[in-house]
Order: sequence, then structure tokens, then C-alpha cells
Amino acid sequence: MQIVVNDDVHEVSAKTLAALIDELGYGGARIATAMDGSFVPVPQRAQTVLRDGARIEIVAPMQGG
Amino acid sequence: MTKSFYGTVLSSPLMLGTAQYPSPDILRDAAKAAQPGVVTVSLRRESAGERAGQAFWTMIQELGVPVLPNTAGCHTVKEAVTTAHMAREVFGTDWVKLEVIGELDTLQPDVFGLVEAARVLTEDGFKVFPYTTEDLVVAERLLAVGCEVLMPWGAPIGSGKGLNNVFGLRALRAHFPDVPLVVDAGIGVPSHAAQALEMGYDAVLINTAVAKAGDPALMAEAFRCAVQAGALARKADPMEERDMAVPSTPVAGKAMLA
Repeated sequence: MQIVVNDDVHEVSAKTLAALIDELGYGGARIATAMDGSFVPVPQRAQTVLRDGARIEIVAPMQGG
Repeated sequence: MTKSFYGTVLSSPLMLGTAQYPSPDILRDAAKAAQPGVVTVSLRRESAGERAGQAFWTMIQELGVPVLPNTAGCHTVKEAVTTAHMAREVFGTDWVKLEVIGELDTLQPDVFGLVEAARVLTEDGFKVFPYTTEDLVVAERLLAVGCEVLMPWGAPIGSGKGLNNVFGLRALRAHFPDVPLVVDAGIGVPSHAAQALEMGYDAVLINTAVAKAGDPALMAEAFRCAVQAGALARKADPMEERDMAVPSTPVAGKAMLA
């Protein structure tokens, strides 16, 4: 299945958002996620089923003004 | 009178942005010199390999200062609301500096979107710090939807032009004597920050003025002193301006030598 993560296309075997995060190597990182423009809180990642072409955003703390 | 920000009394009226510093070490030195009451932070895409955000977050936590996440770069209500939710989860705070940008040349807020996003976020339990203009009617609307703090701009973000509309900012202060007010954006030098505090503003938010100084840590210290001076001056109740001169040396008893 092809998933778009932060604008990059990935071929993944993960079926859920939680599995995707592990598969891509984000395990343990302080990140927040969104799928197709909607926020997905941590407790919902395991129940969030990916579909082909889903757009995932993964963000983390960064400098800001 | 020291006002609280959603129940929190800040240790300093200086809010410091964390962007644009030449290096993480210089940011850390500047933050230590500034002794800010708050540091602002943001969210950006994270790469699994680099994990840049994780190192940044560790450094910010070591400062031991409350964080205020922003929604910088958001141009729509939906973007800003979604970003706020992500920030609440990542930073573990319901504070959010709400930016809904309406125009690219000035980076001025889209005040219509701002009010709507503030309404939605307040209903979702956020404590919203809205980046707004000095417009009184917009301020009324923001308070009406639940904001308990206002952050009017001094001048466009990153411009360093100081307090462009002193009359408007003074009117806002006079109209909302009990609302915590923060000048956000446009401050270029410490005298601008002192001026805001002298006018009765409760805090200032500085970023570019420190980060882009030749010596950011030294400039951070200058701002720390400036906000202290401004706050003390406000407390001391400044004299009233006059149009005409009034002699400060007593006239009575002056020798008649003419």
C-alpha cells in the first residue's frame, strides 16, 4: 500500500497509523499525527485504518516565535 | 498590578521566541540571559531519521520555562485548529498562541478567521492567546468567545519597527484595564519593550530582535533589563506629558541680575 507521509510516498505494509509509525522508525518519538487533514490523537492511532493514498502528517516540536 | 495569564503569574513579562537563532547553543544562552516567563515553540514535520524535534524538545524542557505553542503559518481556521490540537498533545499544554495569518506582505492576522478559530478552540478547552491587531471591536469579539488574554501586534512580524500605533495600543489598554495584554510582533530594540510596559502592557513577546542581533545573548539580557525597567516605571506612575515647558529648578529665590 502506498501512503504519503509528510509529502513523501512510502510503500508500507502497515495497516494502521500506529503500525505505520513503528514501521517508519518513529517509535518512542514525541510526535503528533494527522490523517487527510484531521488530527489523530495517540489513543486513536491503533484504530485508525490506513487506506491506499492516505496523506499522513507527522510533526514534532520545533523552534517558533 | 500583576495579572495572571489563565491563572498563571509569569516570572517575567518577557516572552521569548525560539526561532531563527544561529545555533541551538546560542538559543540556549539567549534564553538563559533573557530569563523569560514563557518561551514560544511550534510544530513542524519530523523526519524519522533526523528526529530534530526530539533534541529541540529536550533542550526546551531543560530551560524549565512554561511553553506557549503557536500556530504560525496557518492561514485557515481548520489548519489553525488542527495544529492547536497537535500542539496540545505534543507539548502537554492547553495554552496556544493562535495565529491565523491573513496576508503575506504584512503577516497580519485574518481577524475574522481568528475569532472563529478562538471560539472553536475555547470550546475545546484551549486557553487561547490570540495574535491580533489593536482593533477594539475585534478585541471585544475575542473576549466574547472566551479569550482571557489579547496579543496585539506592535508592528508586522519581524519588522522591528516597534509600536506603530501607540494611540491604538493605549486605547486598547485603557478600554480593557483588567485583561492581560501582550505586545506581540514588531519589537526591534529594548526601548520598544520598555515603552510597552510603561504603557501598562503586561508582557511583550520578542523573537527576531534577539535572534537576529549580532550577540543574541547580550541582546536577551538587554531585553530582560528593559522589561524590568518598563514594569517598574509603570508601577511608579509616570508623570503626565505637557506641551509647554515647566521649569524644574525653582524660580522663587533666584537672584535678580538682569
